Amino acid sequence: MHEYDIAVIGGGPAGLAAAIEAKKNGADEVLIIDRDIELGGILQQCVHNGFGLHIFQEELTGPEYAERFINELKDLGIDYKLDTMVLGITEDRIVSTVSSSDGLVSIKAKAIVMSMGCRERSRGAINIPGSRPSGIFTAGTAQRFVNKEGYMVGRKVVILGSGDIGMIMARRLILEGAQVQVVAEVLPYPGGLIRNIVQCLDDYDIPLLLSHTIVDIKGKDRIEGVTIAEVDEKRKPVKGTEQYYECDTLLLSVGLIPENELSKGFGVKIDPVTGGPVVNESMETTVEGVFACGNVVHVHDLVDNVTEESRKAGRNAARFIKDKTSVYGHVINTKPGKGIRYIVPQIIRENNVEHSIDLYMRVDRIFKNEKLVVRIGETVIKKINKAYMRPGEMEHINITAEDLKAGDHSLLTVDVE
Amino acid sequence: MGKTAITCTICPIGCTMEVSEDKSSTSGYLVRGNSCKRGEGYGITEVTNPTRILTSTVKLKNTNLKRLPVRTDKPIPKKLIFACMKEINSIEIDAPVKLGAILIENIFSTGANVISSRTV
Amino acid sequence: MFDIAIIGAGIVGCSIAREFSRYDFKTVLIEKNSDVADGTTKANSAIVHAGYDAKPGTLKAKFNAPGSMMFEKICGELDVPYKKTGSLVLTFRPEEMKTIQKLYDQGISNGVTDLEIIGKERVHEIDKNLSNVVVGALYARNAGIVSPWEMAIALAENAVENGVEILLDSEVINIEKTAAGYRVYMPDKHIDAKYVINCAGLYSDKINNMVAAPSFKILPRRGQYNIFDKSIGNFVNTVVFQCPSDVGKGVLISPTVHGNILIGPDAEDVEEKDAVQTTLEGISYIWNASSRSAEGLLPGAVITAFAGIRARSDTDDFVIGESKEASGFINVAGIESPGLSSAPAIAVYVADILKELMGRADENMNFNPIRRKVMRFMELPEEVKNKLIKQDPRYGRIICRCESITEGEIVDAIHRKVGARTVDGVKKRVRPGTGRCQGGFCGPRVMEILARELKIDIKDVVKNSRKSYILTGETKDHCLYEVINEFAAASKEI
Repeated sequence: MHEYDIAVIGGGPAGLAAAIEAKKNGADEVLIIDRDIELGGILQQCVHNGFGLHIFQEELTGPEYAERFINELKDLGIDYKLDTMVLGITEDRIVSTVSSSDGLVSIKAKAIVMSMGCRERSRGAINIPGSRPSGIFTAGTAQRFVNKEGYMVGRKVVILGSGDIGMIMARRLILEGAQVQVVAEVLPYPGGLIRNIVQCLDDYDIPLLLSHTIVDIKGKDRIEGVTIAEVDEKRKPVKGTEQYYECDTLLLSVGLIPENELSKGFGVKIDPVTGGPVVNESMETTVEGVFACGNVVHVHDLVDNVTEESRKAGRNAARFIKDKTSVYGHVINTKPGKGIRYIVPQIIRENNVEHSIDLYMRVDRIFKNEKLVVRIGETVIKKINKAYMRPGEMEHINITAEDLKAGDHSLLTVDVE
Repeated sequence: MGKTAITCTICPIGCTMEVSEDKSSTSGYLVRGNSCKRGEGYGITEVTNPTRILTSTVKLKNTNLKRLPVRTDKPIPKKLIFACMKEINSIEIDAPVKLGAILIENIFSTGANVISSRTV
Repeated sequence: MFDIAIIGAGIVGCSIAREFSRYDFKTVLIEKNSDVADGTTKANSAIVHAGYDAKPGTLKAKFNAPGSMMFEKICGELDVPYKKTGSLVLTFRPEEMKTIQKLYDQGISNGVTDLEIIGKERVHEIDKNLSNVVVGALYARNAGIVSPWEMAIALAENAVENGVEILLDSEVINIEKTAAGYRVYMPDKHIDAKYVINCAGLYSDKINNMVAAPSFKILPRRGQYNIFDKSIGNFVNTVVFQCPSDVGKGVLISPTVHGNILIGPDAEDVEEKDAVQTTLEGISYIWNASSRSAEGLLPGAVITAFAGIRARSDTDDFVIGESKEASGFINVAGIESPGLSSAPAIAVYVADILKELMGRADENMNFNPIRRKVMRFMELPEEVKNKLIKQDPRYGRIICRCESITEGEIVDAIHRKVGARTVDGVKKRVRPGTGRCQGGFCGPRVMEILARELKIDIKDVVKNSRKSYILTGETKDHCLYEVINEFAAASKEI
């Protein structure tokens, strides 16, 4: 069995950044394993721009962003296996793979970086009532058909969910000649970036119905229409508000779920709120030498954040194999407080924080003119004024190593006050 | 002209602004509802000359990949989006092609080129 | 001219077809949908009932227990997933113990073996997640679970391998009595047969009424279900029923033979025979009702919902036998629960009727009861996996990530007799699309494989019925230019 220094599971933006950073930090034999026939992951079907504003100070399209990393990866001589599926991972860091070219192959690695990304929530998972005709797609699947294969998925479209993917696809379908009737969003606020609401919905006069959801799907063979109703504060449909929209296509953009079946398979502890592994300041999971980064840890809005986070994972995976990481010293647990849904990382080992650490988090509703207050124990170590915060845009707070020493406790909390 | 409602996209606040003609101001417009100067600039541009980067795909030949992702290298006037789409849809590109290669030069005299988004 | 025409390729029609293929009968199986098992057979609880529930003296009672005892052999021959899980009928109040005593007695009378009444402690030993309010239960060790559509497909495949002809996309629109038997009309063709077997499920009354006066009416009764992600594990190990009422066996919690958990069904009389929609009320009802048996199922773990329609007869029993008016026309109708469990026994019975009517029963000397095994990649031992991939590299490419299904399995499912021709056809046979992503990842790939193997354009690949198209055209299509032109012309300026 061949032993690599680092095995990276998934060659999308997270895996690419982690592998490159690991190699640059002294890991010699780095291998990326990806199930697709090319590297780049989901970026290859994201033909829209908006990627790289922070990392490159440019607004690139998905494929352009991916190509930068793929070129660097090739220049660095990092190995990769394509058209290969990982079937399982063990605690001793043995990765079982299968491919049509090589059959079953087990790969041993001194450290593993998991960057498998996420999957889309399906119609079935949210129990939309009605019939089960063809013409119902998750936005990402539709995006693959339209952008990579070159096929149209419908002519008259209704979209459920105002997440970024749904809005991006609304514009994409209109530009390819379809009609987009309406976007319905169950929450009272939109799920994605404001920029997408303007450039994908407003620009094309597509109505956005907040606090609305689909209560029925009609159609025997192909979908014929949907009934959209208003919902109350408990997200229950309000009788009498039903409206029927004729359509031949329904796109669902109702949430992304970190894809952690592999992680669960070998006992990696999962945070029930993020759906991803519990990680420490080095992006290491609860299994020694197994790191994770990108959407598999928590769903990101900006690929730039994925790159930052993944570089951290790659760098630390390289340090780990050289026994440079400290497992001793003070351990601080982070805990989401009032108004905060989750914080990543969940664990901070003080000795591994050189200069500072970035905490990533999401609020659980819209906040205007509030403060983010960071405490260790009872001691306030940081207060940041925030004019506007929404769940659809991830927040981040930088805490210095000094700040961490300020409180004499093992619990770091962030509250909205 | 009346008042035009504009949602600003400069920062996550997303101020809902109102832009109206105001011959007495230096810019010729009055912007209300913005929280900062950048928003004011954005509002005026959106009303006078809204532009967008256009992204799409074109037909690709000579290779397994069927569609090549493309974009304009500069923003183009919003009102020309559909005309540009028609132009983009009419071409067929032969692989191999390099990232950044100009596929349509100076589309509709906008000064923007349609370039390839990836190397194939 | 055929000896026998079987109308309807659900579990009953397919069971009968396979049974008839043992003999030298010239048989045709006629199905209106694009695939076998596209009606009620693909949307039910998938339970092989032990047989205590049917009223003694009914046809349901006559066929349930013997039918269910035949599953192990048939599923073994045809390589169909089947598990003897046992079943529990839970009671929550002391009075209900009387009801299950009655069921016990009924079971004994119907020939059910390995039946016992147990107390609360034993119930929790068998299934620890069950409610604390349980008083006792009827425990039937012989009850099981199966994949009904895989079984119907396997029966049809075996039948065709053994000489039965099959006609899909062939709705029977009229039947005429002829001198030799019957002429069966479909929209684009007709066939002649000496005998006709009516297994048309929800439409069996319609078919009967083409040749005879109405003697029974099908009253469609819908049942809705939820399926849960495999990650919740063995929430229950047995099929868990609740003490029955007038309307039916009640809402159950059951493992599926593929490792998921299922809850349902409710029982709602509906007007239309094809009212297979799920409703908010129906799903809400099955959640409330099932939670009585066990708590702890979470909405977040649901992966899909579906509804099936029972072909209940107004006679409240199976309708099996030669029509009084139309000689040589055999009705096998009103097959609601325990229809699946009874199917193997019904098939033997109907074969006996035909053998008598025909006055002969020459055996098919080439009859092979064994269906070629389905190579379920993930279930194979390591060495076999590697050998298989070397032989056929397509077994090394995983297409369905959620259920780990390989391209080799999908290609095989397409090329067998009565093979998959649609996305749902692939789903029914080898399961891409039944996992947590519900086809989001594998959908496009399955379509590519179907197009390639069937040598059709991917735009012509459908979900199930002929009109269930998925893709509407290509991007950059010239026809779209008109729409784009309109937009361009109507473009507003500020």
